[in-house]
Amino acid sequence: MSTGTVRSTTGYDVAAVRREFPVLRETVNGHPLVYFDSAASAQKPQAVIDAERSVYEHYYSNIHRGVHRLSTLSTKAYEKARDTIGAFLGAASRREVVLLRGSTEAINLVAQSYGRRHVGPGDEVLITGLEHHSNIVPWQLLCDEKQAVLKVAPIDDAGDVDLAAFERLLSPRTRIAAFAHVSNALGTINPVRRMTELAHAKGAIALIDGAQAAPHLAVDVRAIGCDFYAFSGHKVYGPSATGALWGREALLAAMPPWQGGGDMIASVSFEKSTWNELPYKFEAGTPNVAGTIGLGAAIEWVTAIGLDKIAAYEHELLEHGTRLLSELPGVRLVGTARAKAGVLSFVVDGVHPHDVGTVLDHEGIAVRTGHHCAQPVMDRYKIPATTRASLACFNTKEELDALARGIQKVQEMFA
Amino acid sequence: MDLRELYQEVILDHSRRPRNFRELPGANRRAEGHNPLCGDRATVYLLVEGDVVRDLSFQGSGCSISTASASMMTDALKGKTLAEAEALFERFHELVTSDPSKAAAASAELGKLAVFAGVHEFPMRVKCASLAWHTMKAALAGGAKATTE
Repeated sequence: MSTGTVRSTTGYDVAAVRREFPVLRETVNGHPLVYFDSAASAQKPQAVIDAERSVYEHYYSNIHRGVHRLSTLSTKAYEKARDTIGAFLGAASRREVVLLRGSTEAINLVAQSYGRRHVGPGDEVLITGLEHHSNIVPWQLLCDEKQAVLKVAPIDDAGDVDLAAFERLLSPRTRIAAFAHVSNALGTINPVRRMTELAHAKGAIALIDGAQAAPHLAVDVRAIGCDFYAFSGHKVYGPSATGALWGREALLAAMPPWQGGGDMIASVSFEKSTWNELPYKFEAGTPNVAGTIGLGAAIEWVTAIGLDKIAAYEHELLEHGTRLLSELPGVRLVGTARAKAGVLSFVVDGVHPHDVGTVLDHEGIAVRTGHHCAQPVMDRYKIPATTRASLACFNTKEELDALARGIQKVQEMFA
Repeated sequence: MDLRELYQEVILDHSRRPRNFRELPGANRRAEGHNPLCGDRATVYLLVEGDVVRDLSFQGSGCSISTASASMMTDALKGKTLAEAEALFERFHELVTSDPSKAAAASAELGKLAVFAGVHEFPMRVKCASLAWHTMKAALAGGAKATTE
């Protein structure tokens, strides 16, 4: 793709942004790589690669343990990353920021620790029809164990959650409402503040699965008013297997530990162990030290560009892509919610997404094909799978034009 | 790598107009196959008399490779003995998973099915090509379910 002097109408310098991603210099099947799979996992800018590399080259050590120089430096950098992540999410205190492998682990932590204590037989957990597997299965495991009931608020044809149904399905028995901030399969941005208010009105706590939101919109957990927020680092240009759970301090303080091990204890004897203070109570074992420091660098990187600028630019891309794909005969967009972020999910008449994906790959275009770990969403539209092009800060309109041409090649081949 | 090595004309033809795409009345063996990775499904029906596959058919939904593979498998196995069907399963598996030098021998015994040799270059598509075959094998073994996992 042309990486020339592409400048958007919002004054966003995408060419400069692209230069920061070494992987964009790769070619695939003789074509420049076009990466439209950031919703699965985003590529990494040089700043993140350098930060992680620097840890290993200069000061890597285990954290919170040694008195030696490297341990001090690693601990300091790791805890600085915690503060960066906390500030990015709007946390009131670092005690509310539990560093984990990502949003999946964060949701499992809440289900297993908070959920097992507060959900009993006949109680209810409410999710929505657009959740991906990591915000479904942890609740199924919990409900199976506790003979509780998992309820699902439906989505409409556009991919918006039916808010009236969501409100109706909340009952005095609802203990937890868990919903995505942004849908990975459809791009829908949920009205999370309103949904949180509705949950609170019935006495339920609200957990937001933020895996897909952070790279696209500014998150402020206190403005949303939620109780837990699950966050994945790898989607916001950070290293894989990094992320965090933000939780209200009072809730976290009252919760039992989830995993036992080193670092999460205050003292251990064979008779009884006592737990470390927040947030370390939930951080057993040696964590992803270098990765988390890299995540701190990723957040500093996107913040320096400006999430608002990125969001505005991605919106331009989304509108361009939506227009292009809508104009292609035989192509149908799946997910046309009023508020959407960075996702073009579509089906091509008569052609299976796997074949679409293989032909596009031949053109150097990486898209996701399949159910996007959201099988119930596919069932809702009565399709086995879609092809998904997801947008990131480094994509261009020219790349979307190439996608449209690629889809036409697909149609020629399978006509 | 030319995409046409994967999407050969005969494969595209079978994917557009799959043969033996129906339920088989009187079938005495049947299994459902599922590829959880992409959601492809195939049901294979067989009518086995003695040790001969008298007739077979399939239904389901999937990509062009999985549909064409199922279609051509049903053509290839009609009238074969169970031992021959089993042997063809093994050869086909070698064809799509082995490197081309080893697959050459398999390819000679496979006849028309050798068009799937190109799948070897696309590791993510091997499961598409082998779904119907695994399902057929499960049906002969008396199982009701097959999965590519």
